[in-house]
Amino acid sequence: MRILQPGITLIEDSGRFGYQAFGMATAGACDSYAYRLGNVLVGNQGGEASLEFALMGPTLEFEEEVTFALTGGDFTPTLNDQPIPLWHSCKAGPGDTLALGGVVSGRIGYLAVAGGIDVPVVMGSRSTYLRGRIGGLDGRALHKGDVLPVGTGSIGTPGRQLDDEYIPFYPTEIAATVVLGPQDDWFTERGIATFLGSTYEVTNSSDRMGYRLQGEAIQHVKGADIISDGIPLGAVQVTGDDQPIIMLADHQTTGGYTKIATVVTPDIPKVAQASLGSLIRFQAISVREANEAYRQYEERMKRAAWHLED
Amino acid sequence: MYSEPRFLPAGDQALVMELGDTFEEACSMAIRSLVASIRAEQVPGVTETIPSYRSILVLYDPMVSGFDVLVQALSSLFSRLDVHAAPKGDVLVVPVLYGGEVGPDLPFVAEHAGMSEEQVVAVHASRDYLIYMLGFTPGFTYLGGMDERIATPRLERPRERIPAGAVGIAGKQTGIYPIDSPGGWRLIGLTPMRLYDPHRDPPILPSVGGYIRFRRIDGNEFGAIAAQVERGEYQPEVIRQGGAT
Repeated sequence: MRILQPGITLIEDSGRFGYQAFGMATAGACDSYAYRLGNVLVGNQGGEASLEFALMGPTLEFEEEVTFALTGGDFTPTLNDQPIPLWHSCKAGPGDTLALGGVVSGRIGYLAVAGGIDVPVVMGSRSTYLRGRIGGLDGRALHKGDVLPVGTGSIGTPGRQLDDEYIPFYPTEIAATVVLGPQDDWFTERGIATFLGSTYEVTNSSDRMGYRLQGEAIQHVKGADIISDGIPLGAVQVTGDDQPIIMLADHQTTGGYTKIATVVTPDIPKVAQASLGSLIRFQAISVREANEAYRQYEERMKRAAWHLED
Repeated sequence: MYSEPRFLPAGDQALVMELGDTFEEACSMAIRSLVASIRAEQVPGVTETIPSYRSILVLYDPMVSGFDVLVQALSSLFSRLDVHAAPKGDVLVVPVLYGGEVGPDLPFVAEHAGMSEEQVVAVHASRDYLIYMLGFTPGFTYLGGMDERIATPRLERPRERIPAGAVGIAGKQTGIYPIDSPGGWRLIGLTPMRLYDPHRDPPILPSVGGYIRFRRIDGNEFGAIAAQVERGEYQPEVIRQGGAT
C-alpha cells in the first residue's frame, strides 16, 4: 500500500519483549484490545504488524488485493469515498483509496491487514520505537509516499463483523482500575484519599510514553524521588509537582519517581483511548482481584475471537 | 540490605522484589544472583525481569501464576540463594579517546578537580565500574564507584545533541551515551565501540552486575577500531572473572 497522507501513523505489533533489562522499551500497540481484535477480524494468527494512528488517520492507496479491518477510535473512514464500518473486515483491490480523517471518538485507531505489514523484524518485533529509532519503517513515523509491503500467503477473512457486545465505546469520563503500589507508602493517607477520590484531566503532554494528568495534588510523605527502579506498563508515576502520569507502551524501563499505583491490563486500552480533556477517576482493587480480572479479560478476548471465527 | 525481601504489587502482571533501601554493592550482587537463578530455574509465569539498584521488577503472566504463587516461589528461591558463591560479573573493556574535540569538557573537569587532564584520565581509567542498572535509553548504564576527586556538576544548559559513544561525568557518576541524545553530562571522551546496535546479536553489550573498564586509546587506534566497527568486524574485549551467569 502507498501512503498518500500520513496522518500520525506508526507501524506497531504486540511489542518488543525480552530486552527491558537492557533499557529497551517494549513499544507495541497502545490499545492492545483493538489491535488484537483487528488481527482476528482479518484472519491473522496474532502478532502481525498493523498501522497505529493517533488523533489524525492516514489516507492510503492499496496496490494489492487485501483484506483489512479498522478498529479502535473512529476516524470516519471511507473506501473510495463510501463510508465503511469499524470492527468489520472487508476486501479492497489495487487503486482503492482508504481515507481516514481526524478522530471523532477515542484517540487511537488500527488498520489491520491480512498477512500483516511486512517490515523487517528488529530485536524480535516490527514495532516502531521512536526514541530508539528502530522498528517499523526505519524507526520513524510514516511519510507521504511511503510504500508498505503487505505479508503474502494469506487471503484473509473478509466479511467478519465483531459482535456489539465486544465493541468498546470511548467515554470522556473514565473509571480506571488500579492496584495500589509499589510505592503507595510514599504518600500520606490524605494523598491516597485524594488520588482515589478526585478526578484527573488528560493534558496535551500525552504521547505513547505516557499521559500526563492534572488535578488535585497528591501529597507525598517526603518527596517524589526514589532510588530508580523498574517501571511496569500502566504505572501511575507521581512526580515532584504531585501530579500523576500513566506510563504507556513507549514508557522508559526504569525511573526515579514514586509510583502510587498501576492501572490493570484490561483497563490500559480505555486509558490509551482517552482524548484530551477526558476525566479519569481511579478505583483500587487488590492484587488477587486484579489477577482474576486479568484471567476473565483474556477469556473474554477468546470468546470474542470464537464468535468471529465461527 | 533487608534480611527478607519485600514483595510489592506493581499491577496485575508485575511485582517488585525489594532487597534493601539503599544502594550498596552487596545488594547489587544479590540481585544479580537472583536474576540468574530466576532464569536458571525458569520460575513458572515469569516472563521478564528488570533489575535495578535495590530491587527487581518481575514481570509475569497471570494466566500461569498469580502474585501469591510467585511470592512463594521467589521467597523460596531467595532462601536458597548463596550470594557468595556467585561468580563476579564480566568486565567489558571500553576503548576511549580522551580530551580534544571529542572530550570538550575534560579541561573543565581537570580544573574543577585541581588536577591535570592527564591525571583525570588516569583516575577515570584506573578502575572497574559496577553496572548497577540499565535504563533511560537502550544500553545506558548506571555505573557505581567513580573516584569522587573527579566528580563534576552537570552542565547548566544541556547540549542538544550528544553523539553515541560519548563518555561523560555527571556529579559522582560516569557513563556512556549509547545513542545520539540531548544531555547535560560533562563530556571527557568518545568510544568508537557501539554499546547498542539493534542489528547485532547481542544488540546491547553491557548487562547488570557486570563491569565496565575504560581503556585509553590514541587517535590512530580510534580510527582502526572505528573502521572495524563499521565493517561489523570489531570484537569487544570481555574479561571473564568467574563462571557463566
